[in-house]
Amino acid sequence: MSRPLSRLFIALSASFIACATHAEDVQVAVAANFTAPLQEIAASFEKDTGNKVIASAGPTGGIYTQIKNGAPFQVFFSADDTTPAKLEKEGDIVPGSRFTYAIGKLVLWSPKEGYVDSKGAVLKKNAFEHISIANPKTAPYGLAATQVIDKLKLNAIKPKIVEGSNITQAYQFVASGNAELGFVALSQVYKDGKLTGGSSWIVPQDLYDPILQDAVILNKGKDSKAAKELIEYIKGPKAAAIIKSYGYDLKK
Amino acid sequence: MHLSELDVAAIWLTLELATLTTALLLCIGTPIAWWLARTRSFLKGPIGAVVALPLVLPPTVLGFYLLVFMGPNGPAGQLTQALGLGTLPFTFTGLVIGSVFYSMPFVVQPLQNAFEAIGDRPLEVAATLRANAWDCFFTIVLPLARPGIITASILGFAHTVGEFGIVLMIGGNIPGRTRTISVQIFNHVEAMEFTQAHWLAGGMVFFSFFVLLALYSSRRLKPGLS
Repeated sequence: MSRPLSRLFIALSASFIACATHAEDVQVAVAANFTAPLQEIAASFEKDTGNKVIASAGPTGGIYTQIKNGAPFQVFFSADDTTPAKLEKEGDIVPGSRFTYAIGKLVLWSPKEGYVDSKGAVLKKNAFEHISIANPKTAPYGLAATQVIDKLKLNAIKPKIVEGSNITQAYQFVASGNAELGFVALSQVYKDGKLTGGSSWIVPQDLYDPILQDAVILNKGKDSKAAKELIEYIKGPKAAAIIKSYGYDLKK
Repeated sequence: MHLSELDVAAIWLTLELATLTTALLLCIGTPIAWWLARTRSFLKGPIGAVVALPLVLPPTVLGFYLLVFMGPNGPAGQLTQALGLGTLPFTFTGLVIGSVFYSMPFVVQPLQNAFEAIGDRPLEVAATLRANAWDCFFTIVLPLARPGIITASILGFAHTVGEFGIVLMIGGNIPGRTRTISVQIFNHVEAMEFTQAHWLAGGMVFFSFFVLLALYSSRRLKPGLS
């Protein structure tokens, strides 16, 4: 073997051994609204630990059904607290692994500058064709949106509601201009502590029930060291800073 | 029965959508299929390929482009707004237009095959008997192509009933307007209402099976698109 080749061989074997001893993949299912922050956290997690996060995003209800039917997920970041609680009751998670990783905030948003005022009076004016929300039966942000509409007694806008199957689609309807405005997750339009564009009204938290987002280690992740490390990482200061930068609150 | 009022509304809406789409497709698809069957133009290949695109494209691609094109910033959306019609996503009309694109190959291809199978001979004979083109089409071509027309109608209808991706992407899940059976099944599954999901999903399996059974046994032919 020539010298450069043998060097390459040694380097390669060394990296394989390194892989075998340290790096591990974690299969993660993540609710649509937390996709972007999780990607950022995963990148930093990979850099710090060498473990790789393989994330599948989807609607919480859909992920639940997949888990019940044998999906290979090891960690689950839900958009609510009821689905993880249900999984816990049904014995599908590692006992005691459930915790609140973020508290979601609802925002009324339009991509147009100055369209949504800082008090949400645009809802009372009712001068739009469509208002987009996520499906209230399946998406916590959709449910929160209907709570706001009910609390403010905005019955007149109800026929103008269009529903996305999850919060991503609700956002997409607004972003594409098909609905003039919509109730979306603050995390979708917020980055580094400010709005990424358009105009918004961050809905006061007393108008809807808190959106507690829980994460769990699923039974498939029972023996995974990387899954535990990821959960610890999420609870740590680096992840907390990222989660906050997307406009979520953290549990005190 | 475990069907709620909303389930029943979804079933009616779906049947309405499929009926209207099939009727429109027979009107639009027949001339296209006739042209494709008879032409020697170099455009035959490209047009045939465009018609067949929905066979291979994921419905999400069609749904996404329809959402963008028919939206307020898209060319189709600008046109409908200028005509005072508003925009088409989230409307029943929008779904009909989407379905027409989506189910087009299922209507055009059987028609085209039926027209091609007739060949030149009957048309030449008719011409020597001084039948004009319209005469020829209505008294020779349509009766001879009847099995193809029936196949086209059944496949177009059944395929529209089963449409999901486009409706999900441009519909907005509005009960009685854009919430079809397939979307309602999706809603039930997402909401973990598996009993209702089973009723509708099982119904779809039966419906689809009997449609295909009727199709294949009535023609006493081997399964296939033609």
